[in-house]
Amino acid sequence: MKKKNNLKAWLYLLPAILFLGVFMLYPLVDVCVYSLEENFHFVSQKYSGIGFENFRHVLTDPYFANALKNTLILVAITVPVSTGLSLLIALGLSSIKKVRKMFQTVYFLPYVTNTLAVGLVFWLLFRNTEHTNGLISSLITMLGGETINFIEGTYWQKMLVTCLYTIWVVMPFKILILTSALASVNQDYYKAARVDGASSARIFRKITLPMISPTVFYLIITGFIGAFKAYSDEVALFGTNLNAAEMNTIVGYVYDMLYSDSGGFPGYAAAAALLLFGIVFTITYVNLRFSRNKVQYM
Amino acid sequence: MKVVLEDLTKIFPSRNKKGAEVTAVDHFNFEIPDGQLIGLLGPSGCGKSTTLNLISGLESPTSGRILFGDEDVTDLPPEARGIGLVFQNYALYPHLTVEENIIFPLQNLKGSRKMTKEAMHEKAVEAAKLVQIDTLMERKPKELSGGQQQRVAIARALVKIPRVLLLDEPLSNLDARLRLQTREELRRIQRETGVTTIFVTHDQEEAMSISDLIIVMKEGRVQQIGKPQDVYDDPANLFVAMFLGTPQINVFEGEIRGGKVWIGDEAVLDAEGKADRAIWVGIRPEGFVPDPKGPFTCQMDRVEVMGRDVSVVSTHPKMTGRNIRSIVSAENRFEPGQEEVRFSLKPYKVFLFDRESEERV
Repeated sequence: MKKKNNLKAWLYLLPAILFLGVFMLYPLVDVCVYSLEENFHFVSQKYSGIGFENFRHVLTDPYFANALKNTLILVAITVPVSTGLSLLIALGLSSIKKVRKMFQTVYFLPYVTNTLAVGLVFWLLFRNTEHTNGLISSLITMLGGETINFIEGTYWQKMLVTCLYTIWVVMPFKILILTSALASVNQDYYKAARVDGASSARIFRKITLPMISPTVFYLIITGFIGAFKAYSDEVALFGTNLNAAEMNTIVGYVYDMLYSDSGGFPGYAAAAALLLFGIVFTITYVNLRFSRNKVQYM
Repeated sequence: MKVVLEDLTKIFPSRNKKGAEVTAVDHFNFEIPDGQLIGLLGPSGCGKSTTLNLISGLESPTSGRILFGDEDVTDLPPEARGIGLVFQNYALYPHLTVEENIIFPLQNLKGSRKMTKEAMHEKAVEAAKLVQIDTLMERKPKELSGGQQQRVAIARALVKIPRVLLLDEPLSNLDARLRLQTREELRRIQRETGVTTIFVTHDQEEAMSISDLIIVMKEGRVQQIGKPQDVYDDPANLFVAMFLGTPQINVFEGEIRGGKVWIGDEAVLDAEGKADRAIWVGIRPEGFVPDPKGPFTCQMDRVEVMGRDVSVVSTHPKMTGRNIRSIVSAENRFEPGQEEVRFSLKPYKVFLFDRESEERV
């Protein structure tokens, strides 16, 4: 009886196993293999040896260093800022009644808007052309400042736009999730706290925040992972030659190593991808450890 | 602390433009004496919870005043009223331990009333001892049984020594056995602290068993206020008579004619000096006395033996319920297959209500 059940269970699992095996497990193993094969060549399918040469190359590559730096800055700025802002907006949304539906829709719009379309909007805001300056630049000149071409400007000007863009794109989802988390907190807790004489700040710190902490934590973890995987946003802003713009990211670097003009090095790409995996894994693990005592699972 | 409700009214606006306003509490006038346990009783939707929320300050009245002692608290927010409130679902903060839950109200004190950590701990232990949960201080609420959670909620409400303690359906989330235990416990805690306590319930037995006074409400209006036994023995109207007592009072269509109470073509009681009119006749189950020569004839359905008592289930063409339940002494013997049963009635267990107004005649 037990054996038969086991067979049945495996049968039910088969579609998922097949799918995951082909599209997840095999590529995963393959990437590890690629990363160790030195001087692998696509066409001849030959390699010169097994070792850590690929990793050495990637770690000493200035383009990788730049991509790593960009990615880390992006993560360090956008994750806390977007989560914090989303929490503020979600709190605002849940404390108004009248035009809440409208605001919810407005805040959700970026989520359903195409990345490249958003990129275009940011061009209109931040990029100077022969005919017109960007809107922000025009505003600065109106206020008596000098015109700034953000998209083709200095490193930090470009980074500023990238961060704004990323924050703007990731916020709708966070606001949505946080609004529903706030709505699911039983109102009786707030009533009880009010009767007990707790101030709004204390209610937020002692009741609201712990109650929604699993959601906040989920958003921080997925925010970290999402920011580390950034690539398309940068392409939307600066075009495909991200190295020239100094705005490449790790995923961009992986892509370049595989396909672009400088590409054709699956070994380097695999090594870079594994390094990214290592970083994301470590940070997620640290997050989990750190949060164990802070997150309240009811 | 006595609590005075003056002309208290709460009208909720309708949700949409077409809907009607809802008057949840309608001109509630009463002075709740100091140090008593008051049961606010009524069917669901009668406005009893709204009344509690008005007293707590979570809702503000449309008109009328609320006084604690001589102080008008109508416009004070809940935290300034000095009340303790126990919610139906207890609303214990799930991420805090029992002690942290009990201490929470103390930590909110400001200015001169601010307390040291040691003082707060002492107060919390004191409150916990009162409700006998002082051994569970480190637990989280979900590690407690329903009864224990309730005690924590009461301790949290009492720790600041409130002027008035309010409980919303305090026993409804407990199982039957625990409910009996807890309601005695509630009585004990109230006696020990002497805090004026108002609790809301839809369970008449619960209200009658522990209250000093019960307030019966229906559709936002107070129907009757009094000591439980007085209200039971002397109901003001048909609603109160039907709401109190298990089994329920038996109600018959009847009339007063020529100084007698008639049910069908039998004159069951004297009603001297009362004008002729159509009435409802309410007879408590314990008001029936089996009597072969009695004036009131019913069709026997079955007899349910309960040991000490016997419950006689019968029918009558003029009854309003599904059957008539009378509770009689087990010394009465009933023959199997008996088709008719005759009763005489105890006059003080029979209440007459006007057919139209449903008020006592």
